[in-house]
Amino acid sequence: MLYNEPSPLETRVLTRRFSLPNSASIDTALANGGYQQFLKACGMTQEQIIDEVKASNLRGRGGAGFPTGMKWGFLPRQSPKPKYIVVNGDESEPGTCKDRVLIENDPHLLIEGILIAAQAVGAKAGYVYIRGEYRYLIDIMEKAIDEAYAKGWLGKNIQGRGVDFDLYTHTGAGAYECGEESALLESLEGKRGQPRIRPPFPAVAGLYQCPTVLNNVETFCAVPSILEMGGKAWADLGIPKAGGTKLTCLTGHVNKCGVYELPLGFPVEKMINEVGGGIRGGRKMKAFIPGGSSCPVLKGDEAWPLTMDYDAMAKAGTMLGSGGVVIMDETTDMVKAALRIMHFYAHESCGWCIPCREGTTWLKKILTRLDRGVGTTRDIDLAGDLAKNMLGRTFCPLGDAAALPTISIVEKFRDEFEAKLRKVQVAVPAFPDSPLVVMQ
Amino acid sequence: MTFSPELEKRIEKLLASYPSNRRKSALIPMLMYAQDETGYVTRELVEEVARRIGIPPVQVDEVVTFYTMLWRKPRGKYHVQVCTNISCLLTGGEELYEHTCKKLGLGHRETAADGVFSLEEVECMGACSWAPAVQINYDFYHHVTPEKLDQLIDDLKKVH
Repeated sequence: MLYNEPSPLETRVLTRRFSLPNSASIDTALANGGYQQFLKACGMTQEQIIDEVKASNLRGRGGAGFPTGMKWGFLPRQSPKPKYIVVNGDESEPGTCKDRVLIENDPHLLIEGILIAAQAVGAKAGYVYIRGEYRYLIDIMEKAIDEAYAKGWLGKNIQGRGVDFDLYTHTGAGAYECGEESALLESLEGKRGQPRIRPPFPAVAGLYQCPTVLNNVETFCAVPSILEMGGKAWADLGIPKAGGTKLTCLTGHVNKCGVYELPLGFPVEKMINEVGGGIRGGRKMKAFIPGGSSCPVLKGDEAWPLTMDYDAMAKAGTMLGSGGVVIMDETTDMVKAALRIMHFYAHESCGWCIPCREGTTWLKKILTRLDRGVGTTRDIDLAGDLAKNMLGRTFCPLGDAAALPTISIVEKFRDEFEAKLRKVQVAVPAFPDSPLVVMQ
Repeated sequence: MTFSPELEKRIEKLLASYPSNRRKSALIPMLMYAQDETGYVTRELVEEVARRIGIPPVQVDEVVTFYTMLWRKPRGKYHVQVCTNISCLLTGGEELYEHTCKKLGLGHRETAADGVFSLEEVECMGACSWAPAVQINYDFYHHVTPEKLDQLIDDLKKVH
């Protein structure tokens, strides 16, 4: 079901079957164009499929934004080992709730995308890894898989085309780290979800050390429409260098929070004021996160003139990320926001690399002091320095993901950290002799 | 250790999902599905799962200690999870969590003595656009207010 009203400003490509009755059933899918692009793919060569995806400028929708066609092209053509498709449905980036909507409303679109990817690389089996909290989606996905087997869209000799493919679900058990591709593979192999040293990348040595295509749910869901429209036309839905549409989750202080499918390059101002109905209570926007809490935070004034695409966000010093937009109005306590974000990363750090394991915990302690007003000006500098020292020093991007929001909040909202020190110095006279406060 | 026929069926399907020399892949899903029946990961369950997969129990422990959804102590029949991560924080998630603590008389990852409720302050559960959000067992509740939460808990008390 849909949890928010669609917006007339959306470009509904991936979500076009969402409003149909029983949109998750195979009958609805088949009556509305479902699986037809897989049949088209059966008549294409592997290179033709990959070229079409390259032409679409589709970039990974999980957050990293790596070009999908190129990723598929990295798989060896000839391999003595079996090849696998793995779907990353571990969606846990704070602010992001789009894969859930895709699987819930149109699981057959995902299956079709998986089948096309399998055709493109010659894979015979695939796994849909879904985070543990989304148990109801496992049920929806399994029902869809059963329907697809029953109607001959999965299994042996699919639709008489001589293609075999088996698909399974796999539940996670609560670990943000498993959204990182190599940690996901470890988890899928029945181990602790800790990242692998790369290279080799999953395209060469992924699941069971076999060549593996690993993409986000939304990335696979985009593929059928790419074949249907043609890569070029699909790319033109967005802007040059960033093709197509993106499911965008508006969260926080906007009037109409919800998941909306918007073309890449959509103006932030239009997204907030027209799609999202403006900032709550007509207030000013203090801060803006474009795509999940791992992105550097922008000041409201920096964000208004931007567009929602990879390059515009990179130019502004942040990332498009996963599509989890977090909007904070002028009432937001930025010190508390920084602390809450760090609390999350300290909890989710897998413990493998020391800069991340120790850094996130230290930062949490420092930010707690600052939030409670028992910190010092030196703590503010320390938080920034410590976070900078985590950057680029961990196996996986979780360390950076924890450091980036902290660095940006400390730099851009330093006055709020300082104000909190001053305020508490007056408000808590029990501390006047504390050396922590004297240091100011 | 015996499981219900439904769980046995699920485990059979699960083990058939992976290559025959990769049975360990079934470990995490098997623990998750079995835990739904046993309430939490008991010592007995660790040994049973190890036996079925054909690995030493210590390899099961390694996994159980990593994943937050695998519980090593009893949980309530109704496990109430309140999200306070960024999108929920901005829309009242913290106040909602504090309210729930008072309502249930429990703290983070605590279980009531009668075993009916347990409480957990959780990280992002993927309901950010419909925040603040609560999950009770696997059921999602969106746009939850303290009043709505009271109603939910009172209704569950009646059912129980």
